[in-house]
Amino acid sequence: MDRNSPPPAPPRKRLTPLDYLLFGSVAALVVYAGYRVNDVLVYNWDWSRVLGFLVRFDEDTGRWIGNLLLTGLFTTLRLAVWATLLATVIGIVMGYWRTCENLTLRIISRCYVELIRNIPPVVFIFIFFFFISSQIFPAMGLDDIDPDGALVANPVFHFLFGDPRLLSNFLAGLLCLAMFEGAYVTEIVRAGIQSVQKGQWEAARAIGLSRTNVLRDVILPQALRKILPPLAGQFITLIKDSAIVSLISIQELTFLATEVAATTTKVFETWILVGAMYFILCYSFAVLFAWFERRAARSRR
Amino acid sequence: MLDTSAARPLVEITGMCKWYGEFSALHDINLSVMEGEKVVVCGPSGSGKSTMIRCINQLEAHQKGKILVDGTEVTPDMKNIEQIRREVGMVFQSFNLFPHMTILDNLILGPMRNRGVSRKEATDLAMHYLERVQIAAQAAKYPPQLSGGQQQRVAIARALCMKPKVMLFDEPTSALDPEMIAGVLDVMIELAEDGMTMVVVTHEMGFARKVADRVVFMDEGEIIEVAHPEDFFSNPQSDRAQLFLSQLLGH
Ligand SMILES: Nc1ncnc2c1ncn2[C@@H]1O[C@H](COP(=O)(O)OP(=O)(O)O)[C@@H](O)[C@H]1O
Ligand SMILES: [Mg+2]
Repeated sequence: MDRNSPPPAPPRKRLTPLDYLLFGSVAALVVYAGYRVNDVLVYNWDWSRVLGFLVRFDEDTGRWIGNLLLTGLFTTLRLAVWATLLATVIGIVMGYWRTCENLTLRIISRCYVELIRNIPPVVFIFIFFFFISSQIFPAMGLDDIDPDGALVANPVFHFLFGDPRLLSNFLAGLLCLAMFEGAYVTEIVRAGIQSVQKGQWEAARAIGLSRTNVLRDVILPQALRKILPPLAGQFITLIKDSAIVSLISIQELTFLATEVAATTTKVFETWILVGAMYFILCYSFAVLFAWFERRAARSRR
Repeated sequence: MLDTSAARPLVEITGMCKWYGEFSALHDINLSVMEGEKVVVCGPSGSGKSTMIRCINQLEAHQKGKILVDGTEVTPDMKNIEQIRREVGMVFQSFNLFPHMTILDNLILGPMRNRGVSRKEATDLAMHYLERVQIAAQAAKYPPQLSGGQQQRVAIARALCMKPKVMLFDEPTSALDPEMIAGVLDVMIELAEDGMTMVVVTHEMGFARKVADRVVFMDEGEIIEVAHPEDFFSNPQSDRAQLFLSQLLGH
């Protein structure tokens, strides 16, 4: 046999009749559900009113501008990005405390994680929201912030935090989400720190690094590299979880969708559209992160 | 070989005990290592060799007895343990290089953070030691790109960059492929010839014969025998040392 001959082609993957049957039944189910809505519920589909809440044509300026749902989408995205950053900070501190020798720090971090993981998110958010809106924000003087002040009434601030008039509303949602997701990030960070071999701690201490330097120069860089993929996954989870803060009237996508559904009475259209918006957002990030991960894997060889 | 009367002790261990829970890992350890002296520690696996040398720089905390490093007492709850550790270099069986840093960065981290040396100065020092262990050409590479023998030589250079007064080696060649061992031992022999004070846990009898001033034999957490290498290998006093040596030689 000639050694240089190419390897035989792998067998082609074919769809069997059984696969077609499966696809067929799923499609039939969808069509049937649509039929029931249309004919049995006698539902009048009207997408135009709902789509008008996504973008609308402004007669005065002659331009298309984003309406409620798009605003909500951006608020959701802002919430998710800031809450992830804050949750990561909380998670790194708490995650380190989880692995600390100091008993007090270990107890505090353990309590935080267990408390949040064993209370339904909604319940936690109701309690925590009451606490921050009645205690923390008044103490910070957030309630009497001037929405036209130079510090807040500029495009940069608007891009980062949205409408200044809704700042305390936004921050409340942000804090709730960050506190909540922080517990999960804590566990990710703890696993990351513990996955760094014991020998790394020992070698770093043996060359005379202080505790802080051991952590900053040797352990965390290795741990962070390992936790980046699960952290990216947690970010996507957070986008979805953020819908929950609509219950405390944070003006993000789900909250505004409730309003749109109520004013238009087009319940199906609204929620199908909003579902599609969440899907596109989350799936794009998933694809993006997968791409980054492949690239990182390749550069590491 | 060594005039011990003029030299001062760099490491002094007296009456040291250590337990892991209820298990007595070290019992009444007494050992002095003079400046410039080379001590080889051997003994069966689990006899407490690693634990003993790890107590010297407090990677493990002892519970009883006294350890002096260059006259300063080392205790588990001491504040300035970093100042002791910079005088005590350590080389591990599994190298423990920092995989996310280049070879050069591995070497300059300690001097920069602990001794407050500038990056430039630390780099010069690091390159000097890399040349000594013949890895200078690989300075920009990452540890996983090097062979085991090369990594262990880098680990030795990393410890030397702290300009330690004494070097501890914990079975530095036992994780290496046979063809890599000689290169690492050569570096250690050279270091010994330069007058470094060394405590080496190893079963390399050739190395012990060549450089050791004393051989310390341990078993079950105690020092059983201390002897000159020739005497120890040819005529061990204790039964346990005889048994150990016969097993080591495989007959
Ligand atoms: N972290 C630890 N916890 C409990 N027991 C340990 C620990 N480290 C070592 N030991 C025990 O202490 C004894 C001495 O270990 P070690 O110093 O590593 O021996 P050697 O280096 O001579 O092989 C062994 O019996 C080992 O099982
Ligand atoms: Mg050992």
